Amino acid sequence: MSNNLTLRASVLSFVILALFLAAWHIATRQTGAVANMDPEYAKLMGLTATTGKSAMPGPFDVAAKIWEHLKNPFYDRGPNDKGLGIQLAFSIGRVMLGYMIAVCVAIPTGFVIGMSPLMSKALNPFIQVMKPISPLAWMPLALYTIKDSSISAIFVIFICSLWPMLINTAFGVASVRKEWLNVARTLEVRPIRKAFTVILPAAAPTILTGMRISIGIAWLVIVAAEMLVGGTGIGYFVWNEWNNLSIVNVIISILVIGLVGMLLDQALARVARLVTYPD
Amino acid sequence: MFKNPFDYRNRLSRGCPCGQHESQSAHDAALRVQSAELAKNTEATYENLVAETVMRQIFPVDAHRRAFLQKLGASTAAAAISSFFPLATATEVFAQAGAIEKKDLKVGFIPITCATPIIMAAPLGFYAKHGLNVEVNKAAGWAVIRDKTINKEYDAAHMLSPMPLAITMGVGANAIPYTMPAVENINGQAITLAMKHKDKRDPKQWKGFKLAVPFDYSMHNYLLRYYLAENGIDPDTDVQIRAVPPPEMVANLRADNIDGFLAPDPVNQRAVYDGVGFIHMLSKQIWDRHPCCGFAASQEFVKQNPNSYAALLKAIIDATAYATKAENRKEIAEAIAPANYLNQPVTVVEQVLTGTFADGLGNVVKAADRIDFDPFPYESFAIWILSQMKRWGQIKGDVDYQKIAKQVYLATDTTKFMKEVGLTPPAATSKSFSIMGKTFDPTKPDDYIASFAIKRT
Repeated sequence: MSNNLTLRASVLSFVILALFLAAWHIATRQTGAVANMDPEYAKLMGLTATTGKSAMPGPFDVAAKIWEHLKNPFYDRGPNDKGLGIQLAFSIGRVMLGYMIAVCVAIPTGFVIGMSPLMSKALNPFIQVMKPISPLAWMPLALYTIKDSSISAIFVIFICSLWPMLINTAFGVASVRKEWLNVARTLEVRPIRKAFTVILPAAAPTILTGMRISIGIAWLVIVAAEMLVGGTGIGYFVWNEWNNLSIVNVIISILVIGLVGMLLDQALARVARLVTYPD
Repeated sequence: MFKNPFDYRNRLSRGCPCGQHESQSAHDAALRVQSAELAKNTEATYENLVAETVMRQIFPVDAHRRAFLQKLGASTAAAAISSFFPLATATEVFAQAGAIEKKDLKVGFIPITCATPIIMAAPLGFYAKHGLNVEVNKAAGWAVIRDKTINKEYDAAHMLSPMPLAITMGVGANAIPYTMPAVENINGQAITLAMKHKDKRDPKQWKGFKLAVPFDYSMHNYLLRYYLAENGIDPDTDVQIRAVPPPEMVANLRADNIDGFLAPDPVNQRAVYDGVGFIHMLSKQIWDRHPCCGFAASQEFVKQNPNSYAALLKAIIDATAYATKAENRKEIAEAIAPANYLNQPVTVVEQVLTGTFADGLGNVVKAADRIDFDPFPYESFAIWILSQMKRWGQIKGDVDYQKIAKQVYLATDTTKFMKEVGLTPPAATSKSFSIMGKTFDPTKPDDYIASFAIKRT
């Protein structure tokens, strides 16, 4: 029965995709009237203006361009023109660095906040104010104080992916069942041991959920940050292709950004499954 | 300054670390002079200095050297030494190693044709010719290029010519002494309007328009405001002027967010190429040979690396001279169009640089001086820009026009380096010019501001 459901779901997915591609193809077919132009003048103009070609690329244009990128993902033609693979590597590297720093800060701090109601109440207003700040709002401040654009980008990832993890860790730690803590107390378990053998496993699923939200945010942020600072990364690639009004490449970047974001999320979902326990 | 080591009457051993001077203080003083001399790149200086070092190594005791020279004669001795020690090569090596403090430089640019000399100097080898290894980096916008240059991520950068003035005065940024030793391009901008306005060619019909310029502190902003005001349109109340980064302008014009823009190329030509807009007028019709973008560096960089700065500036001046020649423009267009630099179709860049272009209304226009390149930063340009900053209320109170102009626009340096690369600099560092028929006298900027009907002072 479940096999049957999976099969039916995937068939439906393909149908939706096919319908979407067909609609896209029809919508972007050559439509506009061919303008009557002096050939000398027409030579100076783009295809959109001369042949009435839609400015929006069709699915076949995008597929051809994807193939071109896949054939040579790691080319390096100078500091401002690198392959899609290299750009992605730069972005993932930045995200990982900023995210790891955030993990190192958020989980211990979350533990402290979760275990102490006093700290929790005292820090709550700061967390609530900092949490909704957009990454782009941090950028000018970071550039000004850190005085280095690549560290600024990492800092912005750090500051934006910190809060969900912090809040979830604090929540998970605070809501560990009282009975388990009481058992630990009757057995006279030392605080450090209690933290690692009782609270951590109990709070792990909640912490992992926070980490999953955070990696999603970090990946959202990197594109915006790189568009702003420029230089390298998938965000810069989008900006550079926008500069050239190359909608094909922008669509490809959107696809790639979505795919990588999904992979990062799935990786953490796997980890989360390892630490879940039946209640 | 170095004595001829082949002259037996001269003494070479002395009491300072390098052995050339009488005392430590004389050594230090000479070093200062030497660095100034080095910048002038006088071959003879190096030759004597290298030869002297070689002679001192061969004859550690000065008396032996003198005896040797007396016996052989100076020229024979020089020839004899050269036969086993290549003095000429050593001099060349020394000239390069001693001259440039920092060889690997990063220069920022915005992908527009104004940056042509800065960009093309990389693929066409002008930086390498002057002994530099320069990486040109594309930046996302003017605020970013400003911050990255202030952060020292870039050693020097392409900026809009009012920006170094604004940064030096601390308008829109922290006050940091900045310099602009070279103008990049003159002319090369245009007013582009959306296709739906093709019948509204008179600016008096533009009330309520949303117009874009690349940055608040840009020639584009001042030229557009000037043009509108001369036509009786108040740029602050009758229209809306927004700062939009050049790459986003065409997309915004297509999306109908703006009615037009005064922008750098290739943005204008790109709008025509994609059938989104038409070129209403070229900026040279407002002010012929107006400056636009400049090559800027912090005063700190100039002072700390005088020889790198000299080499960089000479490379830029050299490239600018190359770009001025009409016969080189096609080659340049092909060199700077790829994704690493402007990332535009070659034909768009070529139309901008050659001046034979489609205007978007079905005509092929020929204007050879649509864009031109002239590195000379006339102080009167700076004074005009300052006068407009004051006119539109960007700066308030009294302005010491002449002092700021002299401090930021390093016309004297440009004169010197232009001579060194074999160009003829203009005789005066200031010149008078006329904009839309109105003459600007650089000695009376305040009277000039007062003479306008529309102003914010």
